[in-house]
Amino acid sequence: MSARIAGAVVVRGGEVVSATGTRRADVLVGDGIVQTIEESLEAPSGALVLDAGGCLVAPALVDLHTHLREPGAEQAETVESGSRAAALGGYSAVVAMPNTTPAIDCASVVRDVRALAETALVDVAVAGAITVGRAGERLVPFAELAGLGVRLFTDDGTGVQDAALLRRALEYAGDLGVILAEHCEDASLAKGGLMHEGSWSSRLGVPGQPALAEEAMLARDLALVRLTGTPMHFLHLSTAGSMRLFAAARAEGLPVTAEVTPHHLSLTDAELASFDPLFKVNPPLRGEDDVAALRRACADGLIDAIATDHAPHPQEAKEAPLEDAPPGMLGLETALSVAWEALVAPGHVSAARLFSLLSGQPARIAGLESSHGGPIAPGRPAQLCVFDPAERVLVEPERLASRSANTPFAGRSLTGKVRHTLVHGEPVVIDGKAQR
Amino acid sequence: MSGVRPAARRHLLSIADLKRDELVELLALADSFAEVVDRPIPKVPTLRGRTVATLFFEASTRTRLSFETAAKRLSADTMSFGASGSSMGKGESLRDTVETLDAMGIDVMVVRHHSAGAPHQVARWVRAAVVNAGDGQHEHPTQALLDCFTLREVLAERAGGQAPEDLDGLKVAIVGDVRHSRVARSDVLALAALGAEVHLVAPATLLPCALEGWPIAGAGAELDELLGEMDAVYLLRLQLERMSAGLLPSLREYAARFGLDAERALRMKEGAVVLHPGPMNRGVEIDASVASSPRARVTRQVRNGVAVRMAVLFHLLEPAGSTPGSPEGLAGVAR
Repeated sequence: MSARIAGAVVVRGGEVVSATGTRRADVLVGDGIVQTIEESLEAPSGALVLDAGGCLVAPALVDLHTHLREPGAEQAETVESGSRAAALGGYSAVVAMPNTTPAIDCASVVRDVRALAETALVDVAVAGAITVGRAGERLVPFAELAGLGVRLFTDDGTGVQDAALLRRALEYAGDLGVILAEHCEDASLAKGGLMHEGSWSSRLGVPGQPALAEEAMLARDLALVRLTGTPMHFLHLSTAGSMRLFAAARAEGLPVTAEVTPHHLSLTDAELASFDPLFKVNPPLRGEDDVAALRRACADGLIDAIATDHAPHPQEAKEAPLEDAPPGMLGLETALSVAWEALVAPGHVSAARLFSLLSGQPARIAGLESSHGGPIAPGRPAQLCVFDPAERVLVEPERLASRSANTPFAGRSLTGKVRHTLVHGEPVVIDGKAQR
Repeated sequence: MSGVRPAARRHLLSIADLKRDELVELLALADSFAEVVDRPIPKVPTLRGRTVATLFFEASTRTRLSFETAAKRLSADTMSFGASGSSMGKGESLRDTVETLDAMGIDVMVVRHHSAGAPHQVARWVRAAVVNAGDGQHEHPTQALLDCFTLREVLAERAGGQAPEDLDGLKVAIVGDVRHSRVARSDVLALAALGAEVHLVAPATLLPCALEGWPIAGAGAELDELLGEMDAVYLLRLQLERMSAGLLPSLREYAARFGLDAERALRMKEGAVVLHPGPMNRGVEIDASVASSPRARVTRQVRNGVAVRMAVLFHLLEPAGSTPGSPEGLAGVAR
């Protein structure tokens, strides 16, 4: 008889996902860590038993790209509501983007967001801005923020337009062990564009944003990485041309990583024929060829991570005319199902590979690999996502945990459902319901 | 009777939503109303008791007056809403504005907006029938209908009276800023659906970025090569801000390459006509002498605009079960 384990949970009857595949096993969790993994486990007395029959038991997901909107836009999302959405989506950790008001560009705002995150349902890592106020003029105190544990720096929402300034940032931050992340969008090329520039924008008379706006900045940034040697991460790459540029950079051995979003893997610019601002997002939804190229890049290992770019906006903002509505869409609660439908269901990648894209690899990029992203092994922190790939879920925006409802998947039935989520051993989601 | 006003059965949002036969039907219906417009007292009781509101969130005079005239000639009550001086200035949203007006029991909302698709959004929120009176650079369906109606008249003149159903075989060049033009988008669709052969003429900076799927015979920057073969030349208005956006070097260069001057007009086919949606930049896209010549059908377009808009309002509000051509549907109109 083993000694009593604090908060013991047995996840019973599922297929445990590892890097190489899946195997039928029960998982005993306690003291916040994985205790044992056996084909058939007897639950210790007092243990909570969670049914995982028919489910995959995977490392909980890690999101590199979450807009929690706090401080400054609490009507759209808070650290608490966003973390609940994350838990329901199977996540154990998210990286909070710094385009808040004020921006996360100094130690005090980092501390404020960290304090808000203490009671969150998932771990929240804080990303810092590259420039003060994201204004693209002066650098943030990289060393001070790195000293507080900030790992990713980005002006996300916009790219750093001034090439010389980004060069200085890469040089200055080069020995701090941090990663600069870029939202690639050349402002002069993208100016006024409300959707992807292509046959749909031409037909609909909606000003377009060319693929080149992303690719031109990506090409420039790759040259800066070559020059400085400082690693960069590329946020939400969305075009076939970006995949080609990034593949060449990888082949050359540059220290670069990249993410794509679930919506760019699943939706195209044809959605804009409805003129519904729910489909307005930056980078914009692209063409079918781009979606196919992104899926291939996930399959062949070029892309490192799938990240949500979860961008809550209140109803009134998204009910405006297309020209006036802000870009962005929710992602946390639908990411796994959408990515499953885009990649696993059609046979592009295995389930194990999908979880690597959503969990293990983003955890490494965020510097969270010691406690998140698997593997599921005795002694490791117990971050688990129990996912039923057979269940179908209707997306009902008003029932999402997010404070906002701007999901482009409203009314659609998606494949797969997150049944349970464990964060540091605590079952924060049981049977699809958040426990706090 | 439940007392609840039913939601509109149909809207006119985009020419793309209409099939050839529906366009033919609307043009035939407009024939009846054109006859009304020419009467000494050009008014019929057809829409008495109905309310038509014009909601113009972007400045316009001629289109709004044309719709209001059309509504009044059908004996409908009219209301007019402009964004300036209204509650929109106090921060009221588009949705709240149109829902408020809808609650007053309006039958048709005629919407112009600077953002593409705004009339489509409005149609999702209100019970009234919605007519797109121009949305951003997307479409301007009633302009296309009046243009097709005007070209159909030209074919009738040639045939000695009877107007054909459609525009089969007619060759039309649309010249100018197609990229930013809602008029061009609607006209291309309507003309092609009615059998016309459509050519686009503009420098690459003023052509749409991608033309796949456009029902056109060709697109290019050579006006003079086409001019002698066209039955109609449709000149688009050049917005002066295109120069500051770097899309054109100068007005002078534009006029020299694409302006329809007297010399070019001489090289047009006999009987070929010139159309323009107005307001014209005389001396830029059209020479003053051409604008005043018999080729120009610009005032005819304006006159036909009223008849076509009467047809559209009637079509949207006709009693259920009546066909556009039926006696009860057209009571008081075509006797």
